Amino acid sequence: MTMLLKGGRVIDPSQKIDDILDVLIEGRTIAAVGRNLGDDGKGKKKDPAVTVLDLKGKLVVPGLIDIHTHLREPGYEYKETVESGCEAAVAGGFTSIACMPNTNPVNDNRSVTEFILRQAQKANLANVYPVAAISKASEGKMLTEFGDLKEAGAAAFSDDGRPVMHAGLMKRALEYACSLELPIVSHCEELQLSKGGLMNEGLSSTELGMPGIPTISEDIMVVRDILIAEYVGTSVHICHVSSAGAVRIIRQARERGVKVTAETAPHYLLLNDGALKGFETAYKVNPPLRSAEDVAAVRAGLRDGTIEVIASDHAPHSAIEKEVEFEYAASGMVGLETSLGLCWKLVEEGLLTPAELIARMTVNAARVLRIPKGTLKKGADADVTVIDPKKSWTVDVKKFRSRSRNSPFDGWKLPVKAVLTIVGGEIKYNEL
Amino acid sequence: MGFDMKLARKDLLGIQELSVEEINLILDTADSFIDISTREIKKVPTLRGVTVVNLFYEPSTRTRTSFEIAAKRLSADTINIATSTSSVVKGETFVDTARNLEAMNPDIIVLRHSAAGSPHMLSKVVRQSVINAGDGAHEHPTQALLDMMTMREKKKRLSGLKVAIVGDIAHSRVARSNIYGLTKMGAKVSIGGPITMMPRFVERLGVEVHYKLEDAIRDADIIMMLRIQLERQETNLFPSLREYARYYCLNRKNIAAARDDVLIMHPGPINRGVEISPEIADGPDSVILEQVTNGVAVRMALLYLLSGGKS
Repeated sequence: MTMLLKGGRVIDPSQKIDDILDVLIEGRTIAAVGRNLGDDGKGKKKDPAVTVLDLKGKLVVPGLIDIHTHLREPGYEYKETVESGCEAAVAGGFTSIACMPNTNPVNDNRSVTEFILRQAQKANLANVYPVAAISKASEGKMLTEFGDLKEAGAAAFSDDGRPVMHAGLMKRALEYACSLELPIVSHCEELQLSKGGLMNEGLSSTELGMPGIPTISEDIMVVRDILIAEYVGTSVHICHVSSAGAVRIIRQARERGVKVTAETAPHYLLLNDGALKGFETAYKVNPPLRSAEDVAAVRAGLRDGTIEVIASDHAPHSAIEKEVEFEYAASGMVGLETSLGLCWKLVEEGLLTPAELIARMTVNAARVLRIPKGTLKKGADADVTVIDPKKSWTVDVKKFRSRSRNSPFDGWKLPVKAVLTIVGGEIKYNEL
Repeated sequence: MGFDMKLARKDLLGIQELSVEEINLILDTADSFIDISTREIKKVPTLRGVTVVNLFYEPSTRTRTSFEIAAKRLSADTINIATSTSSVVKGETFVDTARNLEAMNPDIIVLRHSAAGSPHMLSKVVRQSVINAGDGAHEHPTQALLDMMTMREKKKRLSGLKVAIVGDIAHSRVARSNIYGLTKMGAKVSIGGPITMMPRFVERLGVEVHYKLEDAIRDADIIMMLRIQLERQETNLFPSLREYARYYCLNRKNIAAARDDVLIMHPGPINRGVEISPEIADGPDSVILEQVTNGVAVRMALLYLLSGGKS
């Protein structure tokens, strides 16, 4: 099938394109990006077999990539399945998502990786990149079979949610992953320092009488992983940066040439620990919402490129985990369906240009995962997201495609909406 | 005074959100209830037909008994539910429990819970009034109110008093509620204890912070000693009880730093010889038992005011 996306504002940071252009999709790939494609110059179609979509006033961007999600299958299908997660993804404009290994069983062997990919294939919506565990059962003791997992389709390794405490194991993991040319994605949290903590340690935790998670629990592990990567001579990716210290440490490391990349999530850019005043469990997340000063530093890091990726850390939980006392509530918020609209607030505020935001949600993310995505170059997979920059909407968790409703952004008015999501040349979501 | 005024709120969740006027209203109302407990027939019909549920997720003899006596002296019906989160049926959430309770139509729910913010969650789910009887290390508003009532009764004012609070501030809901209340009422609050027991940025709550007992209690009108939880030793908050007592136990010698007419308070239960020496706890300056007496009056006042305040 041939599809012509006509007259939209094409923003493709991978080619530094930001112009009113047409995008021609043939079969599963991008055939061309240019002016007056498929046109005889007199406004008539050359080929009646071409599906033409008039995208005047819309933004046409490479399919968005979310490198940090939790799809909960296998094991916690009541929170999310691969299919429901993919539905949420395409509704949010994401064409590719990476899913973390903290399922049950943990994605620490070929059979689980293959299962996730099979479920994704059945769902036939977004591209799914399973992230396999660094250690068996994510227990932080023994390495998983990186080679076998890579062959099965694992895109990266991480013990997200159960951080690797053992520096020796982390060194081995970085070395071994380096030899296989796969990224290590590190959830940085020193568990002795964060133990028992429920929220950021600061004035708010003091006022609320809740045990705090100090920023240094994050910072110390960011330092550790950067030093190990530097020593080994490899790269490392830092997950969900939330603290001013982590931003500073990553910036300094990059300045001296360490191959460290970093992501943050919309909630670390838009919310601070003052939001916990009402003890709403929707705000409970790990790392926790930090102070306003940390938020300012994370924004500055995003602005100057220290943090080059935005990921949602989509973490579905049901009422059983969230309608309980704050102390007993699970950490995490869903994000796939709100991420783009929330991040666009940063464009509205002037922190990022549209192209800078799109880069952080496409080509930069692809570079971290080392996947040939996030671009509208000729010959690339035809993953395209169309954004309506005038379609403001109000978040209603009851309308989520995700099986879970745990979003603190319920009721927020968001400025833009993904209205068309094309994956591999096929329309997977359409509200044009 | 008091009786024709209402507390214009559904719940009492904490001192932090109360205004000076509301605190005065509660204390004045409590003053007016004090004599009911000394009458021959200690019962008035004020809250006849009102149902009070005491929902206690944390063991507490003193606070639960105080609430129960307060309710009974006002002729309310009381139901005590002592439970623990471990006994909650798997799959049933706190919100489910709240909805079930609501469906039984009580009028006031008194909640004690080890998890901070639980009363806030409950209050959002149920239409009944919720009284926080202590939530984690967050607030214990009725304790602070009875403390302020006792101070006001003895010192005839709150404004300008110097109150020292000594102990594990980080883990103390009593300290937080008193800090919020006393600073609002114009008292000067100084807190003392080892630095490991001071929560981050606590000075921003408008208190003086001291690490030496004598500095904290210097020229104090009131000294409030907090109970040291023995299990805190495991988290290295302090090296040993012996060392803690050596530096922070209020005794006849170090109390000289305070004013001569200093009053000694303690929310109880006390650890004699740990945070307070027996001669001080049981001495003439101690008003620890008056605090308990006033606790009943404060709780009567709250039950009354939250029920609509109609006499």
